[in-house]
Amino acid sequence: MSVLPTLGTLFRPSQLFSFKGVHPDPRKYLSSESEIETMPIPTLIRLPLQQHIGAEAEPVVQRDDYVLKGQLIAKARGPVSANIHAPTSGRVIAVGHFTAPHPSGLPVPTITIRPDGEDTWGPHLPRIRPENATPEEIAAQVAEAGIVGMGGATFPSAVKLNLRAKYDLHTLVINGAECEPYLTCDDRLMRERAEEIADGIGIMGRALGVKQIIVAIESNKPQAIDAMSRYNRALDYTFQVKVVPTQYPMGSEKHLVRLLTGKETPARALTADLGVVVHNVATAHAVHNAVRYGEPLITRIVTVSGRGIKRPANVKVLLGTPVSEVIAHCGGFVEEPDRLLLGGPMMGQPIANRRVPIVKGSNGILALTRAETPGNEVMPCIRCGRCVQGCPVGLTPFEMNARIQADDLDGAAKIGLMDCLTCGCCSYNCPANISLVQTFHFAKGKLAEKQSRKHQAEETKRLAAARQAREEAIAEAKRQAMAKRKAEMDAKKKADAAKAAAAAATAATAQGEANP
Amino acid sequence: MTAQPLLAAPHTHTVFTVSRTMLAVVLALAPATFFGLYQFGWPAVFLFCVTVLSAYLFELACLWVAGKPLGQFARDGSALLSGWLVAMTLPPYAPWWVGVIGSGIAIVIAKHLFGGLGQNLFNPAMVARAMLLIALPVQMTTWVPPVGLFDGPGFVHSLAITFAGSTEFDAVSSASTLSHIKSQLGAGASMGAITPDLADLKARLIGLVPGSMGETSTVLILLGGLALVFMRIITLAIPLSVLGTIAALSAIASSLAPDRFAPPILHLTSGSTMLCAFFIATDYVTSPVSALGKMLYGIGIGALIFVIRTWGSFPEGVAFAVLLMNACTPLIETYVRPRVFGRTRTGKPLPIAKPKRSAKDTGAKA
Ligand code: SF4
Ligand code: SF4
Repeated sequence: MSVLPTLGTLFRPSQLFSFKGVHPDPRKYLSSESEIETMPIPTLIRLPLQQHIGAEAEPVVQRDDYVLKGQLIAKARGPVSANIHAPTSGRVIAVGHFTAPHPSGLPVPTITIRPDGEDTWGPHLPRIRPENATPEEIAAQVAEAGIVGMGGATFPSAVKLNLRAKYDLHTLVINGAECEPYLTCDDRLMRERAEEIADGIGIMGRALGVKQIIVAIESNKPQAIDAMSRYNRALDYTFQVKVVPTQYPMGSEKHLVRLLTGKETPARALTADLGVVVHNVATAHAVHNAVRYGEPLITRIVTVSGRGIKRPANVKVLLGTPVSEVIAHCGGFVEEPDRLLLGGPMMGQPIANRRVPIVKGSNGILALTRAETPGNEVMPCIRCGRCVQGCPVGLTPFEMNARIQADDLDGAAKIGLMDCLTCGCCSYNCPANISLVQTFHFAKGKLAEKQSRKHQAEETKRLAAARQAREEAIAEAKRQAMAKRKAEMDAKKKADAAKAAAAAATAATAQGEANP
Repeated sequence: MTAQPLLAAPHTHTVFTVSRTMLAVVLALAPATFFGLYQFGWPAVFLFCVTVLSAYLFELACLWVAGKPLGQFARDGSALLSGWLVAMTLPPYAPWWVGVIGSGIAIVIAKHLFGGLGQNLFNPAMVARAMLLIALPVQMTTWVPPVGLFDGPGFVHSLAITFAGSTEFDAVSSASTLSHIKSQLGAGASMGAITPDLADLKARLIGLVPGSMGETSTVLILLGGLALVFMRIITLAIPLSVLGTIAALSAIASSLAPDRFAPPILHLTSGSTMLCAFFIATDYVTSPVSALGKMLYGIGIGALIFVIRTWGSFPEGVAFAVLLMNACTPLIETYVRPRVFGRTRTGKPLPIAKPKRSAKDTGAKA
């Protein structure tokens, strides 16, 4: 039991004055030496229509349809969305709702497929030769393949590849930091598939039109660093492989970019504003498969780990595979876990229902035992400042927490609540075990709701005002038209009257003349 | 509507809990303390035990009165640490009730009256020390030379000294380094004339000089403090700024008038300078949290210590300096905050260095 960190991890000369970020016990050794293994086809596949940031995909199959492996079953809706393909051949048994792989456990629109076990491929996407393809063609292929950020962010990758239309891009950063403890899927991928990743990186570089490519890997993955340094060129690019310190949250885009380029992304801006785009290594691998072989994104590598798992492993699974089957594949539980998570221990989501599926952004399944999870005894804040020292953004979590507890959301926002990454460093560091980041999640949600409500109210007001103005304008126009008509009528009447009078007068004179 | 906050990320936690942190500080204090106890013999041991034990009992009583969960708070180690620090600053032959009153002031008045753990504005141990110094000037300034456990008063005699108020010390009362300098300078002697009377540097480093129970061994305290730095329980910001400021000010003063001011090395190796820099000024609850705030706070303490020692009416100024700066902590905290990522110190987003190409430009070029 490594309850106490070793002296080596305690001493960090750079941190004698302040320590940004935290150094959770990595515990990667549990699964870092297990080769990627391919899991057999599961009994059931459930694909939520929203596995990405943006709009939900739109199903293009119906119940009882027979689908082939790689066939498009739901297509992207709108500019920020992603296609979904059938991971294996089989019959669609439902297009309905199923529990989301999310702590809310709410039902979300899901396509359920019962595999037929044949694994028959349908037609692949047309292959393209990136050497001759235009950036637009590459991006279109990536969009067609339904690739999203595989590090967990799940932002549609094609949208990011198209940033060159708007920004002056010069650097592509490939994020191989994998700073979450326990997770080893990117590490294994780099060790075993470095050549393919390198090709994918080159393709993305071409699509973005950047001048340089940097591959960033944390110092605790020497084999991955070796492998990527061996395969460091593709499509006219030679990448720089940079070793970054092992520290959480090294994988945060803006922090990684600052470390590598020395430039700090302004608040509310994107790294693209600095000319830098960040993509994950697993995304590069998926891009390689999509472009060279026309394979859509239908599998991903998942780390199955934690002391509760009998046989920790890195497993290549079909998207939509139920978590319970992956766990069973890894020998089941040693003991009933205290928490079952999708993702890493710092930002992962606890799940209650074990039948939820693996989706595009699931990088880990962790079964943590009681000994691995934090206690639940909460003490008062002792103002030790460890949360402040750990916060990579430079916020004062204990103060924000105090303000939120006092119901002063605006006060908390004033000292930076909306800049919080919800990375969890503060909660990790807090000796009093106060639920800091948990509170911030909640408060950010509430604040956003409040703002949107305010926005809504303003919008309603604006619309009402506009309508009133419009109605008034119409009424005014009517009134004017009426007035004009009336004036015309009056004028006509007058003219008629005058004519009549004139006629009468003439008649009278005529009469007068006639009978004097 | 919060989805069981306890089950939300992060699902892993640092090994430093409140009680482990307190325990680590106590461990870092232990070498210097036990060396001091050995040097000053049985009376010191008795006084130490009485002080720490009474601090713990006061804590239990306060928790019980406040209706806080005893099981959880009694184990947090904060009372142990406060009591320990109070004991370290007492003169070794002081009677038992001085220790009990000290603990009482620290725990009841300075800590629990302010709301308990984490709520106190002032450092409990320093409140106790300052109050005792004012209320009991005789007991608090009766120093004895360190003779070692076996050459000092025997067990029974020691019981009499601590618990029965016996004043038959074998050793004559002797002044601590700082009080000696103060009285001699006050009497018009020059620094050059005083220096030969003082214990030599080695004695002050190891701790073979008269002084408070646990403050005499500069080296052991320094080592304990560095251990805390390496365990990342404290940063160097406060210790360095306290020590640096004292050293700088005394260096300037003594180079201008060497006869009237003590040289830096004397300041750094006597009294509670080291203990203050590493263990007292770094108290979490009463010091600012940001690195810059900590530096300001440390500089303030260092300057005040120098001023009080040099011109004040007390030979030692640590307690008052720390309390004064404790009072400034909220102010420092309000105005000195860390810079937020991607923003300037005033909170505005950083300017975007390269203007993004607007869609129109690209269109025009294409
Ligand atoms: S969760 Fe927010 S406040 Fe806490 S350390 Fe991360 S960015 Fe800072
Ligand atoms: S880490 Fe926890 S105890 Fe320390 S200041 Fe922050 S909130 Fe308070």
